[in-house]
Amino acid sequence: MSPAVPTENDETVADDDAGNVVLGAPEIARALTRIAHEILERNKGGADVVLLGIPTRGLPLARRLAERLIAVEPGLHASQLVGSLDVTMYRDDLAHHPTRTIGETDIPGTGLDGKVVVLVDDVLYSGRTIRAALDAISDLGRPRAVQLAALVDRGHRELPIRADYVGKNLPTSTGERVRVLLQECDGRDAVLIEGGAR
Amino acid sequence: MRHLLSTADLSLADAVRILDTAGSMAATQAREIKKLPTLRGRTVVNLFFEDSTRTRISFETAAKRLSADVINFSAKGSSVSKGESLKDTALTLQAMGADAVVIRHHASGAPHTLATNGWTHGSVINAGDGMHQHPTQALLDAYTLRRHLMGPGDVTGRDLAGLRVAIVGDVLHSRVARSNVHLLHTLGAEVTLVAPPTLVPVGVGAWPARVSYHLDAVIADEKPDAVMMLRVQRERMSSAGGGFFPSPLEYTRRYGLDARRLDALPDHAIVLHPGPMNRGLEISADAADSPRAVIVEQVANGVAVRMAVLYLLLAGSDAPAGTISDEAKVNA
Repeated sequence: MSPAVPTENDETVADDDAGNVVLGAPEIARALTRIAHEILERNKGGADVVLLGIPTRGLPLARRLAERLIAVEPGLHASQLVGSLDVTMYRDDLAHHPTRTIGETDIPGTGLDGKVVVLVDDVLYSGRTIRAALDAISDLGRPRAVQLAALVDRGHRELPIRADYVGKNLPTSTGERVRVLLQECDGRDAVLIEGGAR
Repeated sequence: MRHLLSTADLSLADAVRILDTAGSMAATQAREIKKLPTLRGRTVVNLFFEDSTRTRISFETAAKRLSADVINFSAKGSSVSKGESLKDTALTLQAMGADAVVIRHHASGAPHTLATNGWTHGSVINAGDGMHQHPTQALLDAYTLRRHLMGPGDVTGRDLAGLRVAIVGDVLHSRVARSNVHLLHTLGAEVTLVAPPTLVPVGVGAWPARVSYHLDAVIADEKPDAVMMLRVQRERMSSAGGGFFPSPLEYTRRYGLDARRLDALPDHAIVLHPGPMNRGLEISADAADSPRAVIVEQVANGVAVRMAVLYLLLAGSDAPAGTISDEAKVNA
């Protein structure tokens, strides 16, 4: 079972399920608000920013960040600010998993050339998804810069990739599983750590 | 799914999955850079024992767009003309490390023989065998029908429930008709075969389709959402027309799609043809060039559908050439 290709949640939503809740809904909301302000601060506004969410759970996160950017800068439009970037066909581990379903790629009509692309994903782990995303971006256009926002950075990088914006650094062991639950996909907001110490 | 030999093997879920994946592939083909790295390092052999232009080029394009290496093999000018058997040809390709073999053969059942005798470890994709099956053609027809008739809006996940499709012409010699009857039935569409009695195959009663000898009656009574014209396969009709119909003119009068019959179709109905067309025989120039003919689009959709089939057969660890890792790495 790989959370990267989630089967729609089969668990009964209960607060005492197997994992420890490390972030609840208010913490997730605060982290996203902080990241939104960091994005605006670093890029001196949101004029050239394009938020690309990586399906499945990066996409709702990107949409929530966009809402926050628009709240600060009302001149921005969600349709030109958010897109989704599916990286399935660029992965280097396709042959090691059962066939993955291809997600949706939807780039804002203004394209990526000259923009500042902020990749948005739920968990940053080995870095291989982001490597695939960088390859996918280079086939779609030539952004001025690419930055990375992750709700959780759990370490154990296998590639020289780091996040520009992190919701929470979460030191984990490789035996543990980090699960991000979002209202849009799972009916509630939470970050859980499961398993480990086996 | 390991091989794609016949549309009769596909479940509804399989068929919808292939069409949905084809939709994702089609979206990538609208980009400036159409090539994807997905099947890098995989080898696809096009093994063609029978003449073909569009199917071979379509498979070659699909494999190259996914970065697979493509080896084209046509029987003409190969050792087959020296008498080499299918088995020995297959063993040779196996020794060269083919991950997938796309085979077209004049004998019905040749792809099945290739897939089930252990001659090759790769996936076998049937690109047309004799008068039996041509599954990727049926899939691209279904994809085209879904795109035009199941909308408006996003058709992902939809089947073809309730569509009425008339398949008209040389059903007897047509693997396209056989593949479509099974696939369209699986997807929930109602199929009517229209042909002169001499071109209706024996045993058609067992097919999940109605049969009619009268095109005008079918158009008037059933109001089909789509008509699929079949090529009259004169090369399969033995000398002097073979006696299947009295004259080409009479065939055209009774079974050809002309401007009058085109006008009699419902306004939303579309016209398909697997190509190559015999203009003036089964389809008039008026019909072939009308805006309701989606014949050129079928060719473009063919590349997306074949990319989807190659992706689903070759990319994952359930594909034969992949190595299956013990524990799936998470998140990344």
